[in-house]
Amino acid sequence: MLTKTATHTLECAHLVKRYGAQTVLHGVDLHVRDGQIVALLGPSGCGKTTTLRLIAGFELPDEGRILIGGRVITDRDTAVPVEQRQVGMVFQEYALFPHLNIADNISFGLRGTAREKAARVAEMMSLVGLAGLEKRMPHELSGGQQQRVALARALAPQPHVLLLDEPFSNLDTALRAQVRSEVKAILREAGITCVLVTHDQEEALSLADEIAVMFDGQIAQKADAQTLYQRPATRAVATFVGEANFLPATADGDRADCALGTIPLQEASHGAVSLMLRPEQLRLTMDGEGAWAIVRWREFYGHDQRVGIVLDSGETLVARTDGSAHFVIDEMVRVRLDGSARAFPESAT
Amino acid sequence: MSLVTRSLTTIARPLAPAAQGRGFRLPRRLPILPLLIAGVITLPILLLAAELLTPKLDLWAELWSTVLPRMLGNTLLLMAGVGAGTLVIGTGLAWLVTAHQFPGRAFFDRALLLPLAMPAFIMGFVFMSLFDYAGPVQTAWRSLFGRSAPFPDIHAGGGAIIVMTLVLYPYVYMLARSAFREQASVTLEAARALGCGQTRAFWRIAIPMARPSLAAGAALALMEAMTDFATVRFFSFPTISEGVVRLWEGRMDRVAATELASLLMILALALLLVERQLRGRARYHQQGGKGRRPVRIALKGRRAWGAFAICALVLFAAFVLPVGQLILWAISEIDGHVPGTWETVYGQYVGNTFALAGIAAVLTVGVALLLAHSGRIWKSRLVSGLTRLSTMGYALPGSVIAAGVLLTIAPVDHQLNDWFGTGLLLTGSIVGLMYAYVVRFMAVAHKSVESSMDKVKPSMDEAARTLGARPLDILRRIQAPLVANGVLAALILVFVDAMKELPATLLLRPFGMDTLGIWAYMLAAESFWQAASIPALTIVAVGLIPVIILMRTGDRA
Repeated sequence: MLTKTATHTLECAHLVKRYGAQTVLHGVDLHVRDGQIVALLGPSGCGKTTTLRLIAGFELPDEGRILIGGRVITDRDTAVPVEQRQVGMVFQEYALFPHLNIADNISFGLRGTAREKAARVAEMMSLVGLAGLEKRMPHELSGGQQQRVALARALAPQPHVLLLDEPFSNLDTALRAQVRSEVKAILREAGITCVLVTHDQEEALSLADEIAVMFDGQIAQKADAQTLYQRPATRAVATFVGEANFLPATADGDRADCALGTIPLQEASHGAVSLMLRPEQLRLTMDGEGAWAIVRWREFYGHDQRVGIVLDSGETLVARTDGSAHFVIDEMVRVRLDGSARAFPESAT
Repeated sequence: MSLVTRSLTTIARPLAPAAQGRGFRLPRRLPILPLLIAGVITLPILLLAAELLTPKLDLWAELWSTVLPRMLGNTLLLMAGVGAGTLVIGTGLAWLVTAHQFPGRAFFDRALLLPLAMPAFIMGFVFMSLFDYAGPVQTAWRSLFGRSAPFPDIHAGGGAIIVMTLVLYPYVYMLARSAFREQASVTLEAARALGCGQTRAFWRIAIPMARPSLAAGAALALMEAMTDFATVRFFSFPTISEGVVRLWEGRMDRVAATELASLLMILALALLLVERQLRGRARYHQQGGKGRRPVRIALKGRRAWGAFAICALVLFAAFVLPVGQLILWAISEIDGHVPGTWETVYGQYVGNTFALAGIAAVLTVGVALLLAHSGRIWKSRLVSGLTRLSTMGYALPGSVIAAGVLLTIAPVDHQLNDWFGTGLLLTGSIVGLMYAYVVRFMAVAHKSVESSMDKVKPSMDEAARTLGARPLDILRRIQAPLVANGVLAALILVFVDAMKELPATLLLRPFGMDTLGIWAYMLAAESFWQAASIPALTIVAVGLIPVIILMRTGDRA
């Protein structure tokens, strides 16, 4: 239904942005393949929105360049105006034009005859599942519907790249998961190159092909969701994406000694390290093998439970196990590790 | 036009060639435009305040030994009476229609705003004619109870207070009503769950939470009461405002009038200060329960009809009776019409009025647009402070503004005359009057324009640009249509306010430039009630336009 001819890779190379004395981007490199969805994930103030605004052209970088489909749109000598970039954007607050009805909002960016525009509007309305609501005004729609109108409006002129700025933050939590899967389906159908900014890891993990985790104006790691979770590049990434326990250890090749005993490592390391253990990697048993620990607290969720334990060495860990086992607070359990741990050199945390 | 170019430069700035120099920053510029506007608007007030620094002591002594104590006492009495009256009636009616269910509630909810269309002086002369010694009420009273049956003296100030309360209570009513509506139903329900009855909930929850709105409403009513000189004159209850007009118009003593006006300004500024204090200190935000209307208590039997009767009585006294009387007079005036009387001047006065009010509306809204746009560009505390200065004229009585404006433009006029022999170029033309209108009505225009501009979020401009719209397209397709409604509303509000304005118009109008208001006032002052009814009805009819708009949008606001 939606035809695509040229490829539209997005390439950001060494973007630096300063506001006065403050540097908000320290050389951001980002590569998005044609039709790929990449999420920029990070805490507020990490520079993810600035990156997005540089790509859109609302602001210009102090250094670096941006290319779409191999064509330079921003560098030292070039600044293609926003309106000529063919970059679509969905805003956090949707920014629908309140004086225009839905059809007019969607056709705002279209060129051509009235007949062509109407056809494209109809196509977009059915793509986002809002056919029949053409004459409604934006304020007459629900939040989720407004969001889909914003998406349709951005997609209608067939932009090369679509940018989404915190697209789900204005929705109720209950609605969010549903809208998210709808949007994902729409983006897949459109097959568009897409950059999404979010501070919500669940959103990033479920929507994007790849996730770029940003801290302090730099991309700490860019990988698919599973790699990001299992093999985080830094301690900060490990903490931001999912829950993580850290345990001091001494590494010697592919093994490390710690309070849990000798543990296999994902990658060889040497000397003082910090081991990253996901809560579900910790196995708690009443008998059997493993280090002794005391149960301190327990949060029961039904299908699973979180259990806080303290090791003999005084280290506090959080374990996540299935809901069937019964743990009593202040009683002893045995802990062992399932699989291998990721080691971060102690100096480089 | 400069507004347009400003918008364009703001939008285009990031991509202008100059901006490509990396790390480009705007130099810290002085906000010249808002400084200029605030300067021009506050100049009359400042010059009048400067008069206070050089008081003419002998003049004050004379005033003090003659009329001043009485005028001051009357003014304070009037303020106290109108303040109490509007608070009681406005708050009470608002509570009745928002928290209770009774026959006609939905109708009264809106209809009780109708008296806003009626200038106090029109209501004043209708009531004067009805309740004066020779009027129908007292005549009927005497024929019923005998010649010497006692009747309250309407000249003792009570009459003026009642009239103004009836005309001005809608200010309190309007703000109290929206405050009560916004109060989350959960708050009142929580109070009830804690054992609080409806009456106690009113006193302990609803009133304290609505206090900022009540203070604002009462202050607006008092500002109107303070500016009035005609009503109090009809009721022989001279206030300071009346004194300024009498000295200026009647005795042609502008020096004394200016001195007196500076005293009135102090009172007005004091009122403004009290209102800011009461309003600014507490702003109560409601948690939860949004969108849920408070559950109205259904009144039954006698209580329901009592509520109906109260609303009906107020509406009758404040709107139906005076408008009905005006219509009766107008009919008999047209019936017994002597050719060559009012119809020869009616068209001319309508023309004058619409021309003056129209120019005032365009000027004021134009300046308000510049001011609001500057506020959006600069977003600094200095500019928001300047904006507040520029919009404080609404608190000042028309006669005070007139005195200040004359102090400002008279020296300029003399200078121009010395240089070019232009005569009374400014003071003899509509310039002075327009100046006064802009000062007085800037707040109303600015508020409306600014709130419409707030609807245009920066992200809308950005969204339009990502969709391929160039700066001029954005102005045409996004900004202009979104702001248009607010501008239209501002034009209507200023137009109607200028049409109803009396003191500044009377004092500053060019010679022979009479308006419908002036005409109605002059005729009424000479007790030509029937003749006065025609311009008065015209004013009320036009004044109904913004009230009807308000009534229709009231639910959403």
